[in-house]
Amino acid sequence: MTIRLLGILAGLGLTAVLVLWSLVPGLINFALPEKPEYYAFQEPNIAPEGGFSFDGPFGTWDYQQLQRGYQVYKEVCAACHSLKYVSFRNLEELGYNEDEVRAEAANATVPGINPETGEPQGRPGLPTDMFPSPYPNDIAARAANNNAIPPDLSLITKARKDGVNYVYSLMLGYTEPTAEDLAKSPDFETPEGLYFNEHFYNINIAMPPQLTDGLVTYENGPEATQEQMAEDVTAFLTWAGEPSLVHRKQIGWTVLIFLLFATGLAFLSYKQVWAGMKPKK
Amino acid sequence: MSFAWAKQYEPQNGFTKWIDEKLPLPRLVYNAVGAGYPVPRNLNYMWNFGVLAGFCLVLQIVTGVVLAMHYSGDTSVAFGSIEHIMRNVNYGWMLKYAHANGASFFFMVIYLHIFRGFYYSSYKAPREMIWLLGVVIFLLMMATAFMGYVLPWGQMSFWGAKVITGLFGAIPVIGEPLQTWLVGGFAPNNSTLGRFFSLHFLLPFVIAGVVILHIWALHIPGSSNPTGVEVKKESDTVPFHPYYTAKDGFGLGVFLILYTAFVFFAPNLLGHPENWIEANPLSTPALIVPEWYFYPFYAILRAFTGDLTIPFTDIILIEAKLLGVIAMFSAILVWFLLPWLDKSPVRSGAYRPLFRKFFWFGLVPCMAALFYLGGAKAEEPYIVFSQIATAYYFMHFLVILPIVSQIEIPKPLPFSITEAVLGDDDVHGGTSGGGDMPPPRDAVKDLPASGGAAPEPAE
Repeated sequence: MTIRLLGILAGLGLTAVLVLWSLVPGLINFALPEKPEYYAFQEPNIAPEGGFSFDGPFGTWDYQQLQRGYQVYKEVCAACHSLKYVSFRNLEELGYNEDEVRAEAANATVPGINPETGEPQGRPGLPTDMFPSPYPNDIAARAANNNAIPPDLSLITKARKDGVNYVYSLMLGYTEPTAEDLAKSPDFETPEGLYFNEHFYNINIAMPPQLTDGLVTYENGPEATQEQMAEDVTAFLTWAGEPSLVHRKQIGWTVLIFLLFATGLAFLSYKQVWAGMKPKK
Repeated sequence: MSFAWAKQYEPQNGFTKWIDEKLPLPRLVYNAVGAGYPVPRNLNYMWNFGVLAGFCLVLQIVTGVVLAMHYSGDTSVAFGSIEHIMRNVNYGWMLKYAHANGASFFFMVIYLHIFRGFYYSSYKAPREMIWLLGVVIFLLMMATAFMGYVLPWGQMSFWGAKVITGLFGAIPVIGEPLQTWLVGGFAPNNSTLGRFFSLHFLLPFVIAGVVILHIWALHIPGSSNPTGVEVKKESDTVPFHPYYTAKDGFGLGVFLILYTAFVFFAPNLLGHPENWIEANPLSTPALIVPEWYFYPFYAILRAFTGDLTIPFTDIILIEAKLLGVIAMFSAILVWFLLPWLDKSPVRSGAYRPLFRKFFWFGLVPCMAALFYLGGAKAEEPYIVFSQIATAYYFMHFLVILPIVSQIEIPKPLPFSITEAVLGDDDVHGGTSGGGDMPPPRDAVKDLPASGGAAPEPAE
């Protein structure tokens, strides 16, 4: 019995030595407070009143809003941002008819070749074409934008944490550094060519503020305030990221209701099968 | 092999008799999951997870095979092919979300299945082989899931692949050339994607094969049960069909409701937004993490920050990267040793008070912590917490379990499953009510001789 006890104590002792050897440096590090760098990043904190029409398990598309959002994309964003996974024919989902879609496509110039000489030459788009990029390649994109590539917007609301609110907050979030920010980082200065935006992960973003009141004219629509345009383009980009979003939720309800019913029946069958067995004490 | 009182398959008509003579598949099914397989009558819901895991495997194979019809495994088009599936393929978005969330649910079910194994000591004699095969299945699942996640070729796919394939470089002497050979280059590239696609398609069928062995090995001794007392007679059991087909059917319904909620209403909740950005070898994400089900092992990997040196010298025995890799694999390899680490002849945690305390206040919080820490940033205080959790994890299996299993005093076991369920047993204990309770069973004497030594009374 004493040998066993000694053995246990030896084992515990060895374990304690190993544990302390690995932990002590880390614990000392943890205990000594390090002055944290002040970082002004803000999680998305602005949202339109009432949220978006597609929010929640019962969400639907507001097709008028999506069309307005497409207009904002076309007139404001498309100058720098591509939308390469969306095709012109997808616009039919927003309520445009075939002729309108063909006209939208034809307005755009997509890369092609001269059918006689074979040299690269733009051609008018067809409904089957994807939205073209404003730049022929990344180098051209960087050259025109202070060495930053404007990201493709096809998936932007899925590619960022809380992406829908992120896009909305970012568009409306161009502010000056607050007094608190300047007090904690007195040497702070936004570099030349960048713009202060607390919602951007690196704080200083290469995109200048884009939305101003009245920038776009909505035919038969609400007033084109900054907030309205931000909401519309965010909704459009959410659709562009996942056109099946609303359909998915609708099918989800059908499946869920069927499963609730079927599981209910399965439960009752289970109870009936086991009814003969005597209950547990 | 089955119990003596198992019902026998009896083909009723000419056709079924003919089949039974030429290829007795219906008989096999009858004996495996039908009325011909007696199962303890007292199984609780923790026993549902094996069937659910099998369902998940079938789900993943079906959705995966259809996805493979539309996916393209070349780095220039892989990400685009996923978008093609999401947008153009009819219900492609459903396939993608079903497959991605199916993987998460597969792991959720498997962890609960393993958790049952830990608590009820399902790994003990005579079921060691089932357990070993199960750990093999888990390793295959991890490999499959890792490779599958690389296929969309998003940022997290590429960088996760870079980190994990980079670990091979830590192996001394042969590490670097081995890594280059496995990856097909110096960093994950088109060759890597091609071989990952091929292996990701292959491994699930290997898993299916090992699952068949796993179930076959199970049917030799039959299922264990929450009391840990082996089946003795007919009243201890019920035929699998219809009792457990009904219960598993209900369990499947509950599982599918939860699964539907994720697939249709929160399909990206368990994923990373970064993976919706196409892989860019020149742009490192701020935080590289694998999918949530790898978090505990990732936490153990990252816990090792210091090289193992001879104190007060500059001689490095094992560098931190290799220590982390060894620890990460050991964390799973230690499960292979469980049947021989846990010496107690009592199986169920319900009758092992000391074991239970270390289980609920030791292992479970440790695993919960490791899950959380795997997704945390690699800075203090998360680093020191992962070190503590890793230390406890290995101590639990290698030190605490063997010691506790030797010194604990278990609670008295019921004589049989029938007694546990009905309160008394016709064979033993006689009349119910009026008589004395049967004397407490000595846990040691009634159990079959197993690999463990019987605990001696404290001197």
